[in-house]
Amino acid sequence: MNKVFSYADALIRKPFHYCPGCTHGTIHRLIAEVIDELGIRERVVGISPVGCAVFILDYLRCDMFQASHGRAPAVATGAKRCRPDLVVFTYQGDGDLAAIGTSEIVHAANRGERITVFFVNNAVYGMTGGQMAPTSVPGQRTTTTPHGRNTETDGYPVNMSEMLAALHTPAYIARVSMHAPKEIIAARHVVKKAFEHQLAGRCFSFVEFLSTCPTNWGMTPVESLRWLEKEMLPYFPLGEIKVPPADDTGGRMP
Amino acid sequence: MKGNEAIAEAAIRAGCLHFFGYPITPQSEIPEYLSRRLPELGGCYVQSESEVATSHMIYGAAGVGTKVMTSSSSPGISLMAEGISYLAGAELPVVIVNIMRAGPGLGGILPAQSDYAQTTRGMAHGDFRLIALAPASVQEAVDLTILAFDLAEKYRTPVILAGDGVIGQMMEPVVLPEATVGPPLKADDWALTGCVGRKPRKVSSMFLDPDELNAHNFKLKARFAEIARNETRFEAYACDEPLDLLVTSFGISARICRSAVDAARSEGLKVGLFRPITISPFPMDALREIIGRSQRVLDVEMNTGQMLHDVEMAAQGRCPIDFFGRCGGLIPSAEGILEQIRASLAQLPKGGVP
Repeated sequence: MNKVFSYADALIRKPFHYCPGCTHGTIHRLIAEVIDELGIRERVVGISPVGCAVFILDYLRCDMFQASHGRAPAVATGAKRCRPDLVVFTYQGDGDLAAIGTSEIVHAANRGERITVFFVNNAVYGMTGGQMAPTSVPGQRTTTTPHGRNTETDGYPVNMSEMLAALHTPAYIARVSMHAPKEIIAARHVVKKAFEHQLAGRCFSFVEFLSTCPTNWGMTPVESLRWLEKEMLPYFPLGEIKVPPADDTGGRMP
Repeated sequence: MKGNEAIAEAAIRAGCLHFFGYPITPQSEIPEYLSRRLPELGGCYVQSESEVATSHMIYGAAGVGTKVMTSSSSPGISLMAEGISYLAGAELPVVIVNIMRAGPGLGGILPAQSDYAQTTRGMAHGDFRLIALAPASVQEAVDLTILAFDLAEKYRTPVILAGDGVIGQMMEPVVLPEATVGPPLKADDWALTGCVGRKPRKVSSMFLDPDELNAHNFKLKARFAEIARNETRFEAYACDEPLDLLVTSFGISARICRSAVDAARSEGLKVGLFRPITISPFPMDALREIIGRSQRVLDVEMNTGQMLHDVEMAAQGRCPIDFFGRCGGLIPSAEGILEQIRASLAQLPKGGVP
């Protein structure tokens, strides 16, 4: 009998602690499958964030750092500059990357660190209990915006991918979504491309995943997928936002 | 060599080929020197976006098993507090140079010893102590830089080189180690190097189980006690005989005190000098023994009295302690200290020991 499916070798076989309907587990699996496919598990050093996904540390079968809130790109810089042969990635949420860690992500991107960043945007602080995130959408109710995000006082969602794409140096920036199987399959291709850019020595690859948080959104898993599609996509358009130039100068000025 | 450049070259000779840092006066010659030298040697220099980022870059560098250093000055060290706590929690060997300037706040750019309390009592949140070495000359800055890398590696801990603007900026002749580049870090059994043929490893300061964190913190405490037993260093100058006055001081102010003590002794005054080289762990027992045969103590620092508390602990109320301090960028003169020595001696009961 042909084996048509197996558990990713890079994913440690244990139940995820994530809430029902949370898409972190799916994203972990995509990353693990691509690590297997590229045969890089023994070269990978991953960097886990502060927040729900800190436990990616316990789910991936590869060397892992735990980093302070927002500082994963700085840790990745230190690791990759000293050991360029390693494949270094960070995994960060929206509070981590788009609020407290904006300085670190912008400058790691601008220096052209040869790392891969996975940015999980679910428009809310998860671990701390559903507070407003920099990526919360206008009108979104959270535990710190009980009447909805007010753009007069809180501004609009931060578009990290577009902001980083405005820099010259980064090689690859794409936004994907986890709200439908078709999108998840597309996301897997993007994850693979992001790692391939690093393996080819190109500067800084970045994947933003639009993700769900049913618990803190106060919805069922199915409702939350519909909410993502209806409320987040208008603010966060999908697609490859920056790709290496046709002459493939690796993101550097020719 | 200029102190800052001597520290930078000493780091290379200790085997440090990777440096992450951010410019700040009065230590900028360290990153400037290394930005030129390290790429020549196949290492790397990275100018970070902030000292916050620096403290996490060295976490990443040390975590993959690299001998690494950063340097800064007082306000920058405060910004590194977060990373230093993570480095201590995750037991990573790094060397952090603090060329102290006058604070608080923006303060001024002139030399001071304003960060003694911060350096010796815990650099950041959490429950830990670090090794801190205080040089009193450019030569000693070189020697202690090399020692700092050895201690960091041996005990898997961040080590602070606590200098000041004088040490950083003055020029003195130095003898450097012969080896042009020292050996790499030995980290085969714990560093994240890619899990080839072994189980995956983690570098983390996260312990969510209170029993585990309790055990971890007491393990760090036991290690610091071991460091205190094995590595405490001090200089006791002219302290062999019973003393009418013991001067205590560290770093550059101790260097000036030495001139004052020499002048006092040439007048026949029974004065000695005690200088901790490891300001953390503090040489408490050695100082207590010398205070036990001193009539009075004069503590001299370039701050408002920070090491003074350690001196008081060593004295345990056995003798009076005077304090002479200058801060804000003022440096005490040998004449000024000599005047204080005479003033302290004048407080002794007439006719010697009561």
